[in-house]
Order: sequence, then C-alpha cells, then structure tokens
Amino acid sequence: MIEVKNLVKYFPVQKGFMDALFTREKDFVKAVDDVSFKIEKGEIFGLAGESGSGKTTVGRLCVRLTPATSGEIIFEGQDITKIKGKQLRLLKRRLQITFQDPTSSLNPRMTIGNAIADALRLQNIGTRTEQRKQTEDALERVGLSPASAFYDRYPHQLSGGQRQRVIFARAFILRPAFVVTDEPVAMVDVSIRAQILNLMRDLQKELDLTYLYITHDLATARHICDRIGIMYLGKFFEIADSRAIYENALHPYTVGLMSAIPVPDPKAEKSEAIPTGEIPSPINPPPGCRFHPRCPRAFERCPKEEPELLLVEKNHWVACHLYSD
Amino acid sequence: MTNLLQIENLSVEYKTRRGIARAVDNVFLNLEENKTLGLAGESGCGKSTLGLSIMRLVPHPGRINEGKILFNLDESLIFEGGSVEKGQIDLMQLDDNQMRAIRGRKLAYIFQDPMTSLNPLIRIGDHFTEIIQAHEEDVKKDEAINRGEEILETLGILPERITDYPHQFSGGMRQRVMIGLGIALRPRLLIADEPTTALDVIVEAQILDELATLKKQFNLSMLLITHNLGVLAQTADDIAIMYTGRVMEIAKTESLFEDPKHPYTQCLLKAVPDVRKPDKTLAWIAGAPPDLIDPIPGCMFRPRCEFAMEICATQPPPLEKLDTGQRVACYLYTKGVSKK
Repeated sequence: MIEVKNLVKYFPVQKGFMDALFTREKDFVKAVDDVSFKIEKGEIFGLAGESGSGKTTVGRLCVRLTPATSGEIIFEGQDITKIKGKQLRLLKRRLQITFQDPTSSLNPRMTIGNAIADALRLQNIGTRTEQRKQTEDALERVGLSPASAFYDRYPHQLSGGQRQRVIFARAFILRPAFVVTDEPVAMVDVSIRAQILNLMRDLQKELDLTYLYITHDLATARHICDRIGIMYLGKFFEIADSRAIYENALHPYTVGLMSAIPVPDPKAEKSEAIPTGEIPSPINPPPGCRFHPRCPRAFERCPKEEPELLLVEKNHWVACHLYSD
Repeated sequence: MTNLLQIENLSVEYKTRRGIARAVDNVFLNLEENKTLGLAGESGCGKSTLGLSIMRLVPHPGRINEGKILFNLDESLIFEGGSVEKGQIDLMQLDDNQMRAIRGRKLAYIFQDPMTSLNPLIRIGDHFTEIIQAHEEDVKKDEAINRGEEILETLGILPERITDYPHQFSGGMRQRVMIGLGIALRPRLLIADEPTTALDVIVEAQILDELATLKKQFNLSMLLITHNLGVLAQTADDIAIMYTGRVMEIAKTESLFEDPKHPYTQCLLKAVPDVRKPDKTLAWIAGAPPDLIDPIPGCMFRPRCEFAMEICATQPPPLEKLDTGQRVACYLYTKGVSKK
C-alpha cells in the first residue's frame, strides 16, 4: 500500500546572527533519519515512541504536509515526494491526516457542517445540495445523529468526544485510501476512548482504509494496531506484529518503555528496568546506537557502530547489536 | 492516625453568563497524616477545582460557597502583622495574610504544566530565593541558593544548574524543579495536580518514583490529582472517584481495584487499558456527563448507568460507609430502597 524507502527529514536550526556570521556549518534537527518501512493494504500500523522521536514527522511526510529531505514514499505505485500542482491536489483526496487536539483543529467560527463540507468545496466535488447531503451522511456515519441537528452547531457546543468524531467525518468525506491519525484518543477521556477506537475500526472496514496510527500510549495501541513500530530519535528500533511487541519485545528500549507504563493493578510488581535519563537532543544524537547511553545492556560495540534494522524472527525486525549475529 | 486535612460539605460554584455551575458539590474528604490520597475523575469533574479550593486559589469567577477545610497545623505561624495558632484550623476562616503564611510553608501545589508555571525571565536559583525569602525574611540569598541546590540534588539535577534559565531544562527536568520549589519550605501537604500528565511514560515513572522517595524523606502527605488510574494504583493509599463535582466512591486502593462498588467506578475500570492484559476488551460509557449549568435532579450518573432505578431521579444519593469499608454514593447499597 505505502512503502517508505530511506526517508530522511532534517530541519535546519535557527542560529543567532553572530553565530551565522562566523560559522558556515549549519545544525540540523535530525527528525527522521533514514527510515524504511511498508504498510500493507487494510492494515493499522502503529507508530509509537516518546516525544521527539520523530513519529509525527513521519506521519506528516506520508501525507505530503512536509516535504522530505530525501528518500521515497511509494503510494499506489508512484513516488509521492516529487508530485506537484494539480496532481498533488488530487493525491490529497487519497491521503488524509487527523491531529491530536480536536478543539484546535476546528475553526471556532465555522459550523461543523461547513467545516466538513469545506473539504468537498476545495476539491470541487458535487453541487451545494450534494455536498450538504454527503456531509449529513458523514455525520450520521460517525454517530452524530440526527445530522441535521448537528450540521449548524459550532465546535464549542460539542463535547471532546463529539469533536473528535467531527474530525473523523472531515477526514473520511473525501473517501481516502490512507489515513494518518496522530494521537486520536490522547485528548479524549478514558470512558469513551474505546468507543472512538471502535469507530475507527468500523470506518476502516466500511471504507477499506489503511491507517498509520501515531501514539505515545502503548497501552491503548494494542487494541487497534495490527503491527507496531517503535521509534527513537528518528530511527526505528523495532517493528513487529503487535502481539509480539507486547509478549516478546526484544529491543531493550521497547522493554523499558513497556515497563514504564503504569499498570492499573495495585498488586502488580514494581518494574525494575525503567531506563534512566531522558531522550537526548536530535541535533547531535549519540554515536553508534542512539540508545546506548541509557541502555542497561550496552556493550563495547554499541557506541561504535550503528545497528541495522534486521529481521530476527518471523515479521519481527530489531535494530540492536544483541541480535545482530 | 490523625487527619491532616478534613474537608466537610465543600461546595464551589462558578458564576458564568449562562448560569451557575456547581463544580464541587457537597464534598467530604479525609486525608490522614503521611498518606497519599488519589483524586481521580474525568475532565470537568471538579478535581482540580477541589485541589485549588484547599489552597483557596479558586480562580474568578469561582467561589467557595460553603463548607469547612480543616487543616491540622503542627506549629503556630507568626508573621508580620498577625499569626495563626496551631491545632486544627478552618482554612475558610483565615484572612488573606494568614492564608498567605500557610501557602508554601504548610501547603504546596504543583501544577500540571511545568512549561507555563516557571518564569522564563529569571534563573532557577532566583525562583528558590523568591519563594524562601517570601516566608523567611531573614534568610540570606546565598543560604536560599544553597538550600535550592540541595533540593535539586535530591531530585537528580546537578546543583550547578541552579544558575540556568527554565528554557534550558527539558520538560521532565522542569517538572522536577516545580516539585523542588513546592517542597522548598518543607510543607506538610503537597497537592500535585496531574504532575506527570504532560510527560512521557519513562519520565513519568521516574518522577513518580522520586515523589515516593521525597514523601518518605520529608514526611509529606499528598493529594494526587490525576485522570490516570494506573498512576494511582502504584502510588495512592486511598482513592476518591469524582464525577460532576461529587465524590462517588472513596476506598482503599486495593479494594477499589478489586471490588469497585459504584457503577461509575466499575465502568471506568473496565475502560482502562492494561499493558499486561493485552486481551482485555475495553468498555466505554455511552453518553456524556450532564451539563453542570443545567444539572439533573438525583444522581448525575443516572442517564449513563445501567442499574438506574426510580429513586435515582429524586435525590442525590448520600455518601455512605459500607460494611466492607468503602464509602459509596449509590442507592444500590442503601438498605431499604426498592431496587426497581
């Protein structure tokens, strides 16, 4: 469905005037540093990691919201990193993204009906009456019924969960094939989280969608993702079926990440292996394996050589020297 | 065990243009010395307002309408132009100067967002000096800085970083500085409002560990406000569950997780994901909480409750103690009520 090859995204760092005058070198934030992965049709691929790991940048690159520094993204047989103009506009019907905060993603002065229909207007699809009809169908589809009552409401008149539904209706009205959802439930209360996840699954089946699900919350990712990739400082550390990530995590970072998640059980034993320190700056990532300064199992090879992402078990990729021979 | 904090019949209202919203409604709570009380609930349930009202810092247009906030003061406080006697005092009866003497010295508050809670223009050391000198005027600047350095060290921050500005710290470090400022005057009660919500899981786990250590080291009692029940399972002694400004259930942490009584608590626990039980099907609660400006009579959870009976629509159920120790506000557990 979508294949990413050697994707790189560097953001230049702003420097002070004097620094810029006296040095030629530029610093870069290496947000995404040479990653390759594939997402199969009809799959929900989870992308997990801490803040600053580059997961959101990967998502934005996949829908062409950010131009890539280098690398290829093959979608439906063509490299989308180089498409321009009218073709790009048509491509964007096929690729959609939803953002984390449903409140700031909606214009407070626009009724939600207009906010959704705007997507159709910008793409010149249908007449006014057809657009209204389609919008109402979309509202019904995401569970905001009766649609005619919701059409003229403003975002502030809805609850957080309802706003998230509006965001989905807007993303799905153009019948995309591939949707990037960036932390769709992070801002939603626990009591309705499962409901939103189920809605995503239903929509996926009905519209034959493929998702890239970006999250920092590995506890909920299990309930929706088919496969999960773990990112750290712009690199993939581990990619596997989600069951394997939970039951047989191989990379020490994944193990640490899982053990740090609070368990809703007072009798659960305190996990021992919480990594120390914090994620370093992506401007000058540590040499060799980027995790080695924090890794409990680091050995002499780790600071010298960057591990490659290798297939170590069926469908289980790991970038760690512990598994490289 | 004595109660450090005892809240009786507390109600807080926000006067808005649309009407009056009762954010905290008739709340009774107890916090024993050296314990951690977890206060959990979803957004808009009034948990932060409750925390702020203990500090008497409810922002305008909020107002504490009625109720008592009894705090057990371990020493008399004397300050310029007044004093507070030791013993059990009602914070609601204190004037502004008396309250200011207690804030920081006996009660400390840690806000959710460490990014906006520190002044970007002054160094970390000056934050410490300011807070210490505000309460202990005879402390010299050097001494205040020294104390700041000691506290930073216990939180795992290099003491020389006291001359840095807030923007030079990462999010987790800033939250540690906030905690350090909170405990700078050795308070008795630390109110932490979502202290780890803005942080990544690994840093969250580290900070929760550090909080537990500090609590022991400084004999702190803690009110931990969070929406994350997983966090409370590891840290709290008792948990109070809030919904629409009311306390629905208070129980020991173990019994709350093992045998939740209130239908709302039961639903909430079914909705919490658990990494160790990947096959758990997550449930959800249909509908949304009622509008606080236009409250419904009786139990506020009734429209979403699968056990709702006729009586639920009449009066809000009182918080009653069960034989098993929990306190629950639900007619299912009231004796002599027809279960229809």
